[in-house]
Amino acid sequence: MYLDSICSYHSPYREDFTINGYRFGKGDKAACILGPIRGNEIQQLYICSQLVKKLKELEAKGCISSGKEILVIPCVNHFSINTASRFWAVDNTDINRMFPGTDYGDTTSRIARDVLDAIHEYTYGIQFASFYMSGEFVPHVRMMETGYQNTSLANLFGLPYVMVRKPKPIDTKTLNYNWQNEETAAFSVYTNKNDEIDPVSAKQAVSSVLRFLTRMGIVKYESHSGYISHIINEEDLSNVYTKTAGIFHNYVNAGAEVKYGDLMAEITDPYEGNIVEKIIAPTDGIVFFKQAEPLVNESDIVYRMIHRLHE
Amino acid sequence: MIETVISIGLPVREKLVIKKNRLQPEKLQNRPKRIAIVTGIHGDELEGQFVCYEVTRRIRENIDKLNGIVDIYPCLNPLGMDAVYRNVPKTEIDMNRMFPGNTEGPMIEKVASAIVADIAGSDMCVDLHSSDTFIREVPQVRLSEVWADHLLPYAKLMNVNMIWKNATKTVDESTLGYSLNMLGTPTIVVEMGIGNHIDQSNGMQLADGIFRLMNHLGIWKDEPQQGVEPLVSSDGEIEFIRADESGVFLPCIEYNCEVKTGDKIGDIINPLSGEIIKSYYASVCGLVFSLREYPMVYAGSLLARIIKNDRR
Ligand SMILES: [Zn+2]
Repeated sequence: MYLDSICSYHSPYREDFTINGYRFGKGDKAACILGPIRGNEIQQLYICSQLVKKLKELEAKGCISSGKEILVIPCVNHFSINTASRFWAVDNTDINRMFPGTDYGDTTSRIARDVLDAIHEYTYGIQFASFYMSGEFVPHVRMMETGYQNTSLANLFGLPYVMVRKPKPIDTKTLNYNWQNEETAAFSVYTNKNDEIDPVSAKQAVSSVLRFLTRMGIVKYESHSGYISHIINEEDLSNVYTKTAGIFHNYVNAGAEVKYGDLMAEITDPYEGNIVEKIIAPTDGIVFFKQAEPLVNESDIVYRMIHRLHE
Repeated sequence: MIETVISIGLPVREKLVIKKNRLQPEKLQNRPKRIAIVTGIHGDELEGQFVCYEVTRRIRENIDKLNGIVDIYPCLNPLGMDAVYRNVPKTEIDMNRMFPGNTEGPMIEKVASAIVADIAGSDMCVDLHSSDTFIREVPQVRLSEVWADHLLPYAKLMNVNMIWKNATKTVDESTLGYSLNMLGTPTIVVEMGIGNHIDQSNGMQLADGIFRLMNHLGIWKDEPQQGVEPLVSSDGEIEFIRADESGVFLPCIEYNCEVKTGDKIGDIINPLSGEIIKSYYASVCGLVFSLREYPMVYAGSLLARIIKNDRR
């Protein structure tokens, strides 16, 4: 392993902003793994650090395949993490909305360009990402429908689901979209948390990446075979909405199976404590996403569900 | 008449309400023309507040000259404006990346879709912005290349100092302006001034422009007024001056001034060492239409923009 600097920027009063990369193995640019771009992606940081630890062990045991190089960038934006700001602290721009970036543009656009320059030649790209709505997911691999996406490769992570999203205009500025346009097979891995650490799902994420790298012949790592992934399209998820604003009491977690008519949540009045709404499962299915805030607005999306796949 | 565009319950005893003021004469002609004046998508942009007030005031005092419908939407992001915050608080989403919205989506997308539905069908829309808290801008219209030819004659009536065609940042596809233009409501996006601030002379200038536009559309019946002849430019004729070092930027010119090639724009200094890190100079002759106001910079931070001026 050796530590590399991807790019570095002076700051008026903070230490230089330097993005570090850990390189394992030597040879073809086989796989690149990328950690947090936003300042609240703490689980993603933890996952990357665990992955670096594992890859160090594997390299010491000679388990990185010869002629293959892996690059891990454990954090793209530690400046925002250290100030607990989700976006670039100076101008509040989201680096994950600046891709592909330019080297003559704004600071965050330059950072995006530097990162993409460092990672675009890798065959496989894996990013630990977060969604713009706060909430918890079933662990899954997400791909943009760019025409270059390869869902059968995404199955090899052995996570329960692979989700394909039709890009909206705003998605065309994300890393995942631009990475795929550079013909890297790019995957985003989502676990259930962002701003707190869940060691169980972090471990699942680390295993899924090592499983994928093993199946692609990049590392040798003994793992169980994981799940057989279901491929779902984002537009097939059905939303469950609130009718009333108030305090949200959740009774089901991401991944739970529910039956039509099951009680999923209750909303109580914020002043008087009485139940103002019962949220009932509209269909048999699996909770793919649940919102995780204690308070909800009127007509918020609180769950996104996968219809049960009837055999 | 003050109307509610959309109202959605917030968690604790409050509703998010978007309001508009519909101004119209007592007797409307058949199929009256309609213009929408909107502002406050970004909670830190306040120049439009004065423009809305001034346009409404003049109409109320001269209601006999009104010959159509004027809808004034002074604040599309009330929570952001209240919190001195550009984006939508809590979600931290830039509302001007959420259009045309979605009636089935999260709250902010529902709000965006209600706004679009309310404005769509107007004969014209003017969307007023005031830069951000970093850069001060002369009053200008920004036109997407897609509609530049169609919108240019209207933009020229707006009494702005310049018209910038094909400016990509504010005109990309998820903005209110783009969405309305897509739906066939010609929409002119104005940038002026700086965030968290109101310059009343800018506001007066823009209000005059809106009345010229309304006069042209037949919504306002008055003697035609003379206005500012704007510089018109596409991207290639604009010089961007960006920092390539970090530090504190001290401009040595005023914004909205003419410069010649070689004129000094300002210095980036290091307060710790007491040194000038780098000085910046104009490499074209023209008008400095954007100038950095917030002094702290990184490599990449915009310092100034100059539009080449061939008139001199
Ligand atoms: Zn704005």
